[in-house]
Amino acid sequence: MPNMQQQKTPMPEQAPQVRCHNFAEVAEGYTEEMAKNEAQRCLNCKNKPCVSGCPVGVHIPDFIACVTKGEYEEAFQIIKQTNSLPAVCGRVCPQESQCESKCVRGIKGEPVGIGRLERFVSDWHMQHAGQAVSAPKATFNGHKVAVVGAGPAGLTCAGDLAAKGYQVTVLEALHVAGGVLMYGIPQFRLPKEIVQKEIDELKAKGVEVKTDMVIGKVLEVDELFDMGYEAVFIGTGAGLPNFMNIPGEALVGTYSANEFLTRTNLMKAYKPEYDTPSPVVHKVAVVGGGNVAMDAARTALRLGAEEVHVVYRRAEEQMPARKEEVHHAKEEGVIFNFLTSPVRILGDENGHVSGIECVKMQLGEPDASGRRRPVEIPGSNFKTSVDCVVMAIGNSPNPLIRSTTKGLEANRKGCIVVNDETMETSREGVYAAGDAVSGAATVILAMGGGKAAAKSIDEYIQKKNK
Amino acid sequence: MFQIVGKRKLNDSMTLMIVKAPFIAKKAKAGQFIILRVDEFGERIPLTVADYDREAGTVTIIYQIVGKTTMKLDQLNVGDAILDFVGPLGKASELSGYHRAAVIGGGAGCAIAWPQAKALHQMGAKVDMIAGFRNKDIIILEDEMREASDRLFLMTDDGSNGNKGFVTAALAENIENGADYDLVVAIGPLVMMRAVVGVTKPKNIKTIVSMNPIMIDGTGMCGGCRLTVGGKTKFACVDGPDFDGFEVDFDETIKRGRTYFDQERAMAREENCKLMEGVKNA
Repeated sequence: MPNMQQQKTPMPEQAPQVRCHNFAEVAEGYTEEMAKNEAQRCLNCKNKPCVSGCPVGVHIPDFIACVTKGEYEEAFQIIKQTNSLPAVCGRVCPQESQCESKCVRGIKGEPVGIGRLERFVSDWHMQHAGQAVSAPKATFNGHKVAVVGAGPAGLTCAGDLAAKGYQVTVLEALHVAGGVLMYGIPQFRLPKEIVQKEIDELKAKGVEVKTDMVIGKVLEVDELFDMGYEAVFIGTGAGLPNFMNIPGEALVGTYSANEFLTRTNLMKAYKPEYDTPSPVVHKVAVVGGGNVAMDAARTALRLGAEEVHVVYRRAEEQMPARKEEVHHAKEEGVIFNFLTSPVRILGDENGHVSGIECVKMQLGEPDASGRRRPVEIPGSNFKTSVDCVVMAIGNSPNPLIRSTTKGLEANRKGCIVVNDETMETSREGVYAAGDAVSGAATVILAMGGGKAAAKSIDEYIQKKNK
Repeated sequence: MFQIVGKRKLNDSMTLMIVKAPFIAKKAKAGQFIILRVDEFGERIPLTVADYDREAGTVTIIYQIVGKTTMKLDQLNVGDAILDFVGPLGKASELSGYHRAAVIGGGAGCAIAWPQAKALHQMGAKVDMIAGFRNKDIIILEDEMREASDRLFLMTDDGSNGNKGFVTAALAENIENGADYDLVVAIGPLVMMRAVVGVTKPKNIKTIVSMNPIMIDGTGMCGGCRLTVGGKTKFACVDGPDFDGFEVDFDETIKRGRTYFDQERAMAREENCKLMEGVKNA
């Protein structure tokens, strides 16, 4: 008999007043008892609508059924069949708009906490099983594939190919693998130790990871083929920060969200034993309304800011950030300024940020995104004093690889053009997915793309070698 | 890990280091840079490729000891290794097609100006090298610069080498005396590069400057190295590091360069104290 409790089993969290001063994880995870209680809310529907909402097709009701029986390792292995990074996805996937949005229990009450259960199962595996019971290394099938970029798309593609017996080399420009999971998403939302463990598991499966390799500079795609790689996957992400092109963006104290977050997450600037200088923050304005803006705002608090404002040009309902993240930010004291858009950043005589001038907006007709277009209210300009501005208004695909790879077609926005199903690019044997193709999106969509590419690469190589 | 295979002190604060990095050595060109991280706790800092040996698979860097990272780097010796060494980053300098060039280096900037002079010379341009130092005790790479140029003008601020004056004075004098440069390359402190542009712009002599702003990843991701060139935002790591000197907003870049000045000075002081303690305990 399923548990008919309407609400999700609550997730224990650090108290807002405490957590806004530390980098420890905000959500603390289910206990076994909580996990079982939540798992029993699943109706185990025959047609499994939740699975259709998952970009990588995790067998959701099956793994949840194992949780109800206390078979956590079995549950983990079921997830792992289709998802290379479950501990990451359990934390950062927008479940509310994917699997959980299709859950029958959501019609009356809250959907099953699928993400929370996924996280529980993965964490249980990491604590209890480690690598000992992980899937064994597949036998080498004689073919080599190169994966450019060790973010969610690349790691997924690498994991799927390694499972089929390919010898996979992942080439990463930074000094650690993980991509945005390492440099972008903050520690308090996704501990870096978790990401590292997922990567270690991939390595145990035989995936080789070479860091400090900027492909397009130190080696070109053509050279990878010369080295015996039969296919190349490009998952270089959306690593080019957008700016508004308003006056004052070059002032000291203006950051792209990428710089602000990379200094903190990847370079650990907040820890005294690390050499990287940390952004100096007292009164901060974060411009944007997505998850990255929430991450930057909450990071600013943890770096010691006394006041953090999010400045967003549309209304709250139109924010692209996950509701949970907005809720967390509010609890921690982040101040939201909706229907407000910056027109210029003000500086003092030393070239430091001293304030921001904004204009109030109102919503007009829907635009191409389907959301009502924000329109300036003339004469509504006002100034606020701040000493730090973080631009979190999105990223474009990193141009490095397409500008140094002959014959790789990209569209007007710089996104690599692929066949939507096979992820094949304009170059034979070259596949691409993730933000390099879609522009800034989510971890799980990048993983879905990496998965599709791995399938096509396998088919391509097997056909070629017949 | 990237092994150090050569190290030579050039003066009290500048060191030349040869690092085993075969992949980078194969691809590096004049004007490009690498990013290194000394150890696990280190920051990522950009340094220009001063030279490379494709056969030996080595890359030469020259650094001035100014902060914690360069202090830590300088404690490493031949046989030790640098944790991360990434490159070659940035665009190679576009130096072909010029006939008569002045290559100007200021202090540590000479380490970057020297390979540019060498490249220009190899492409057949007649090269005047103008190198400026505070005093004669800190002059570096004199033989190398002499070999890479047709004429070398060594200037000191205090005249201790018998040739007193700033690089701009020597440049203006050469132009006055009929050196019809079709290219000036200026590499050194921002104020020096701004001053060089002050000489060349009225005469409309094409001037390339090499920018070395704050940077983390070096691939265009962090946006920390942005600067205004010709009214547009450019990233030094992918659009540069060389830019048209007439177009660079030097005043803004000078201010941005001081972003972490206080923090860096404090960290350098701390590192210095640690080193001094090591000396005491030894």
